Amino acid sequence: MSSPLDPPSSEMQPSLRQWLTSDAPASRRQAMLGNFYRAVVTLCSNPAALTGLLIVLTLILIAIFAPLIAGHVSPIHQSLADRLAPPSSLYWFGTDELGRDIFSRTVHGARVTLTIVMLVSVVVAPIGLAVGLLAGYLGGWVDAVLMRITDIFLAFPRLVLALAFAAALGPGIENAVIAISLTAWPPYARIARAETVTIARSGFISAIVLQGASTWRILFRHIMPLCLSSLIVRLTLDMAGIILTAAGLGFLGLGAQPPTPEWGAMVSAGRDVILDQWWVATIPGIAIFVVSLGFNLLGDGLRDVFDPKST
Amino acid sequence: MSETSDIGIRKISFSVIWRLGNFLGSLVLTFLGLTAVTFVIGRFIAVDPVLAVVGDRATQEVYEAARISMGLDRSVPEQYFLYLKKLLSGDMGYSVITSHPVLSDLIHFFPATFELATIATILGVVIGVPVGVMAGAQKGRWPDHLVRVIGLFGYSIPVFWLGLVGLLLFYGKLDWVSGPGRLGVAYDDIVTSRTGIILIDSAIEGEWAIFWNAFSHLVLPASILGYYSLAYIARMTRSFMIEQLSQEYVTAARIKGRSYWGAVWKHAFPNIMVPLITVIGLSYASLLEGAVLTETVFAWPGLGNYITRSLFNGDMNAVLGGTLVVGAVFIGVNLFCDFLYKVFDPRLRTS
Repeated sequence: MSSPLDPPSSEMQPSLRQWLTSDAPASRRQAMLGNFYRAVVTLCSNPAALTGLLIVLTLILIAIFAPLIAGHVSPIHQSLADRLAPPSSLYWFGTDELGRDIFSRTVHGARVTLTIVMLVSVVVAPIGLAVGLLAGYLGGWVDAVLMRITDIFLAFPRLVLALAFAAALGPGIENAVIAISLTAWPPYARIARAETVTIARSGFISAIVLQGASTWRILFRHIMPLCLSSLIVRLTLDMAGIILTAAGLGFLGLGAQPPTPEWGAMVSAGRDVILDQWWVATIPGIAIFVVSLGFNLLGDGLRDVFDPKST
Repeated sequence: MSETSDIGIRKISFSVIWRLGNFLGSLVLTFLGLTAVTFVIGRFIAVDPVLAVVGDRATQEVYEAARISMGLDRSVPEQYFLYLKKLLSGDMGYSVITSHPVLSDLIHFFPATFELATIATILGVVIGVPVGVMAGAQKGRWPDHLVRVIGLFGYSIPVFWLGLVGLLLFYGKLDWVSGPGRLGVAYDDIVTSRTGIILIDSAIEGEWAIFWNAFSHLVLPASILGYYSLAYIARMTRSFMIEQLSQEYVTAARIKGRSYWGAVWKHAFPNIMVPLITVIGLSYASLLEGAVLTETVFAWPGLGNYITRSLFNGDMNAVLGGTLVVGAVFIGVNLFCDFLYKVFDPRLRTS
């Protein structure tokens, strides 16, 4: 009962809410939980952001429980007798040109989309963070060189370059992720650098320097954690763009390869029959749209919470 | 009086020259970066360039001879230098599918993309700017919400899907517009290509039937691309407008008896022109790129279509040439807008 989580029990027990919103947190953990609580409250009081959060959570749940939701219908099971069947009680979203259940494919497609988004985030954020931290803290010629390179990459056309990379590397999800990541990291480097420059000037960093902390310790233990929130906001705002680029590559045949149920590739498969069997191309497109919308709404909301100035 | 203004002018022209130098410097650096990337893709990531030329049945001697004649035995910086030299003389190699030099292919396909992106941008500006101003001037009312929704949709709808749905509705169901392609088959090769832009070529020759046919093909893809341009321009115009309307000079104008809309259009609007031009330039550049997917959907014979078609035939010369041209235009427009912004914004000029 005497864990550091417990509030001081000198007076009468304050409620959990009072403990969370306390102006004078007694421990680092209480301060962090309090901040988190305030962020969640602000986010949930914004209906648009809440909608976005719900969409993203639904996507994650659908991805996790895809086989259950699809009623254990395999996304790649072909039933040529039922090809191009319209939506019905048996096939909720109809079937495609090979008689595969589009509902099952759309549900399983959530996994592919989520995988791409997570892989790109895992690659892009650390690269941007490392470049931005080093440039912002070391300054001088390191800063000049790194930011020049960042600017050069920032000026590149994203989709066309991703296209050229994907073409050279060969089609496939991994290569699509590499291609998108190569063109997506510069904004993170810029943000991380801007944050680092401001933080490095503050008094508490000078205090740590005087105490003899090493550069690495300052960078990774003191400056990096403070850059994370703006990076996460930016990442959420970028998710929709990443999803759209990935779907575009899939549509052009450079993303996930058949029979993987990838939404962009599914739209592409419905292209030839769009005038007669509208559901084949339309439904996966709606899935892309809803998920991008969710990330955009959530990103806007997060930006309002963490950075009220820039709205 | 005249002395101080003279100094002022000298100061301004010096700063403009400095900015121009800075602009040209970053332009050259970024172009070098772009060529470095295409060089790396072409030399190291793609299929062996020698095999692509000699075929996989060539003997060792033939292979070696080709390797040396292509300069691949030299050091990497040397190879890059040779690559740059070839590029500067306009040599991007031959396309495998069209068997023309890549450069002449690109010149052939560029006008179609240019036409599409230009009409789309015009649509975006003509509708997006007034809508954005209205939204900014009536913050929190329905025009404002409308612009937010338009913007949100523009950032969330995949362009290739919107194109397909547009085809389904306006071509398949309603039959208001013509289908994919740039011109009906019956009208092919009648007008001589002067500018490569069919609307202009047919108007010059007075072939109005062709003009209207080309127009009915253009209107759907241009509107769809135009929507994305509109969404971006309206959203940015709105936020510029809100920023300007909160300034004191607007209040002063209102106190002196200007009507609200008079203050909006006569006082605040001229002040958003400079950032607005930058935004329009940026949206134009991104449309050139967005045209890749739209052109694929509408079988529009432009650069994007050329790049994707070459891609599937393993025609790396054509893909890299196309990437280089789209990239160069993109970079050029981007940096030029940045430069314009810095020159014309007085606050940035003095610092």
